[in-house]
Amino acid sequence: MSAPARSDSPARLEALIGALKAKSILTEEELAARQAQTDRASPEIGARMVARAWLDPEWRRRLLSDGSAAAEAMGVSMAGAPPLGVLEDTPQRHHLVVCTLCSCYPRAVLGYPPHWYKSFGFRARSVRDPRGVLAEWGTVLPEGVDIRVVDSTADYRWMVLPLRPDGTEGWSEDQLAAIVTRDALVGVALPKVPPAAAAA
Amino acid sequence: MTPAEGTSAAASDPPGDPAPAQPRFPPGTRVQVRDDWPERRGPCHIRTPHYLRGRTGTVQRLLGRFANPEDLAFARPAPKRALYHVLFEQPPIWDEGRPGDELLVEIFEHWLEPAEAMKEAV
Repeated sequence: MSAPARSDSPARLEALIGALKAKSILTEEELAARQAQTDRASPEIGARMVARAWLDPEWRRRLLSDGSAAAEAMGVSMAGAPPLGVLEDTPQRHHLVVCTLCSCYPRAVLGYPPHWYKSFGFRARSVRDPRGVLAEWGTVLPEGVDIRVVDSTADYRWMVLPLRPDGTEGWSEDQLAAIVTRDALVGVALPKVPPAAAAA
Repeated sequence: MTPAEGTSAAASDPPGDPAPAQPRFPPGTRVQVRDDWPERRGPCHIRTPHYLRGRTGTVQRLLGRFANPEDLAFARPAPKRALYHVLFEQPPIWDEGRPGDELLVEIFEHWLEPAEAMKEAV
């Protein structure tokens, strides 16, 4: 979990970067490249991976067996990144991702974690009362669906492959990717078909 | 951000790290998380959540071998350790849970013991 910003944070950051450069641990170019990569990462990458899995069984198998390799195939550089695991929801099981110890999050394919993901409330309550947490998102699971809370405590990062909702038959990859939100990719929400699309 | 953040499976073993041993716990093994509290003994960095200490679960699978975060955090040579995905029944760990709900958590091998050797404490 990141510490709160202080008034002297920029000066401290500059001092740290200066020390790393002086010791030849980091170059300006490496820093810029990593910043660009971090800024490019967004939930759109994860959403695209899910939409493709809904359409292509072979890709789905690949995604579930080796998330890092699948991310690389999407053009995401996973060099130096923690391995990515993908958790498959089923009609009987829903996954919810949390990091109770800090804020481990699949940044390579989802970008920066939202503020609430790092909050003490979400972290403490997701393992203790996951159904209560989901209810606050308006997420109510059908009867008979068990929850598996995935506490991301160590070296992996986890993303959810949600169920494809009814009413999306014949949709293109773009249409499907558009309903896979950041929240659905960590399991606090489910992909929803917008009323207009459902009526069309 | 933690010291474990940004570590990679591809990180090379520190010199002198012994060859990988056979993983001790195959999938399906009942295991008990050590009821140990290094936090009481001094500065440490432990990736095993408090709420699982002493609890019994089932090994789902071996995730790989990763540099021990307990050493990494203090810039010590960090031998790789086996890391498992372990499944726990949510109640009785939390009363708010519903039977059938589960917790799936990454736990290092040195935090696990065979549950058979224990009395059914949980």
